[in-house]
Amino acid sequence: MPHLSEDVISRARALVALYPKPRSALIPICHLAQEQDGWLRPEAIEEIADIVGVTPAEVLGTASFYDLLHTEPVGKYVISLCTNVACMLSGAYELLEHSEKTLKIRAGGTTSDGMFTLEEAECIADCNNAPCIQVNGRYFGKLSKSDFDKLVEDLRNGNLDDVVPPHGTLCRIRRAVGLEAVNGTAARPAQRSRRGRKK
Amino acid sequence: MTVTEAPKIVTSRIEFDDSNTIERFLATGGYDGLRKALSMTPEEVASEVNAASLLGRGGAGFPAGRKWSMLRKADTTYLVVNGDESEPATFKDHLLLERDPHQLIEGVVIAAYAIQAAQVFIFIRGEMALGIERVTQALNEAYEYGAVGHNILGSSFSVDVVVHPGAGAYICGEETALLESLEGKRGFPRIKPPYFPAAVGLYGEPTVVNNVETMSNLPWIIKNGGAAFAALGVGSSTGTRLFALSGRVNNPGVFELEMAKTTFRDLIFDKSLGNGIKDGKALKAFIPGGVSAPWFGPDQVDMHLDQDEVGKAGSMLGSGSVIVMDETTCVLRTAWRITRFFWRESCGQCTPCREGGGWLEKVLWRLENGEGREEEIDMLMDVCDNLAPGVSWPPQQTTICVLGSSIPSSIASAIRMFRDELLIHVKEGRCPFD
Repeated sequence: MPHLSEDVISRARALVALYPKPRSALIPICHLAQEQDGWLRPEAIEEIADIVGVTPAEVLGTASFYDLLHTEPVGKYVISLCTNVACMLSGAYELLEHSEKTLKIRAGGTTSDGMFTLEEAECIADCNNAPCIQVNGRYFGKLSKSDFDKLVEDLRNGNLDDVVPPHGTLCRIRRAVGLEAVNGTAARPAQRSRRGRKK
Repeated sequence: MTVTEAPKIVTSRIEFDDSNTIERFLATGGYDGLRKALSMTPEEVASEVNAASLLGRGGAGFPAGRKWSMLRKADTTYLVVNGDESEPATFKDHLLLERDPHQLIEGVVIAAYAIQAAQVFIFIRGEMALGIERVTQALNEAYEYGAVGHNILGSSFSVDVVVHPGAGAYICGEETALLESLEGKRGFPRIKPPYFPAAVGLYGEPTVVNNVETMSNLPWIIKNGGAAFAALGVGSSTGTRLFALSGRVNNPGVFELEMAKTTFRDLIFDKSLGNGIKDGKALKAFIPGGVSAPWFGPDQVDMHLDQDEVGKAGSMLGSGSVIVMDETTCVLRTAWRITRFFWRESCGQCTPCREGGGWLEKVLWRLENGEGREEEIDMLMDVCDNLAPGVSWPPQQTTICVLGSSIPSSIASAIRMFRDELLIHVKEGRCPFD
């Protein structure tokens, strides 16, 4: 019985078919595994390795390089609070201190009920809304301390379930077409001949 | 009037709430540029882009047309779009990805046609979940419309486009690290030479890596002609460009401005742009092009947003992000935070960057907290000298990529411009801004 669900495995195989070489699908498939589990479980890593044709150590070695791929459990909501320069100039460290008090954890920690992980993030490219945060990759900007507390309350009560999916869900839109749209079969583009231009 | 009447080239649709939909895109001339491109030869498309002298909008400012012409002849060529926007205080591609994804796809297919790419990968920063969703949605619509895929818009040209999500690493904005990541590996920049992916790129094949904003300019250039684009701006800084303004200003945001016509003063103080410094405070310093760039002081505020002019003055327009510090800003704390960023994001391959970044961060933190000594200010410069010998601009490199040699910029700027302020931290044993 595989750990990854049938749906995840079939989506993973569809991803592999999109690339000239299977290993290119490694990181996108890690995202899918996180969508299922919230983090990268060892069982998932083994199956990803099988799917893309590398060793589990190579999957872990790659995944551990990246901030968004978690090799340890995280909360249902990962709050990434930007403290980089634009946010810092708008009070991000004061907000971070406040959020640590509200959640009763330090940055890097997870609340005991498993609801929230708090991270100090690097610039998340939303500087016109500084100080800004992401919750599971979804933006919330121009946050005052009381805005932050309300956000935490709303998340806890499930008021934002439409906006913020559980941790790990990156893209809720699925690709509608595979490479057969071009090839007729799912052949590798590297094997295709150069296509002619319009006369 | 300080802002010119130049047309909005890449932000013409963002005033609409539904700017990301194919309906709005088609109603506002969407895919007309692609249709026109497909009626031309690939060489003609490339020569229009050359005529526009479109500079890459990612940070290095390398002419896009020249990048294309450097491609090694091979059976398989790839186009990779760099949407890994992570330079602190840069948030222009974020806007384009979320608000006009079809414009990006149109530009991408035009470029793929010009270089006859076998496949296109749009690498989008993993943190930009909505951007990834919007581009994926737009791609589905574009396939259905026939703007991507088999026999595009009835021509004999076919190409596939794949949206590839990143997973959180600043270094993947470096084009060879991005290619490693796209191959499913750690984002380690590749050893140079070969210098350009145009020779050895994705899977060793010739590859063009272009920025999101660069691609988004192509539909307009093909529709209106390279000459019309080159008529905007000054000298080699042609067209318009997105400038991201942040920090201590009243109205931070992304503004599309004609290249080289607007000054930093306009950008920061004009009512329609930055609208001045918060609480009416005085300008202390600003960073002209992302945190890798050396800083400027108030006496340089009348300089134009011009790649050459800023370059001659010893800094760079880089990614087009301008960060404003005012009289309430502690420059030491700012330099510390920027250094901390580089240290955290160092991939760890090269010793000067991996170790030097960490030591600089520690010493800066000590100074900021009033625990530093005066001689440590000179020691900072000594460590910087090991990272980028001479601590000059453009920096000398001791590392595989330019991340390491970017670290000294902010530290050297803070010391050069505000040594007295650093000394107050030492003498008073505390940060005077706390």
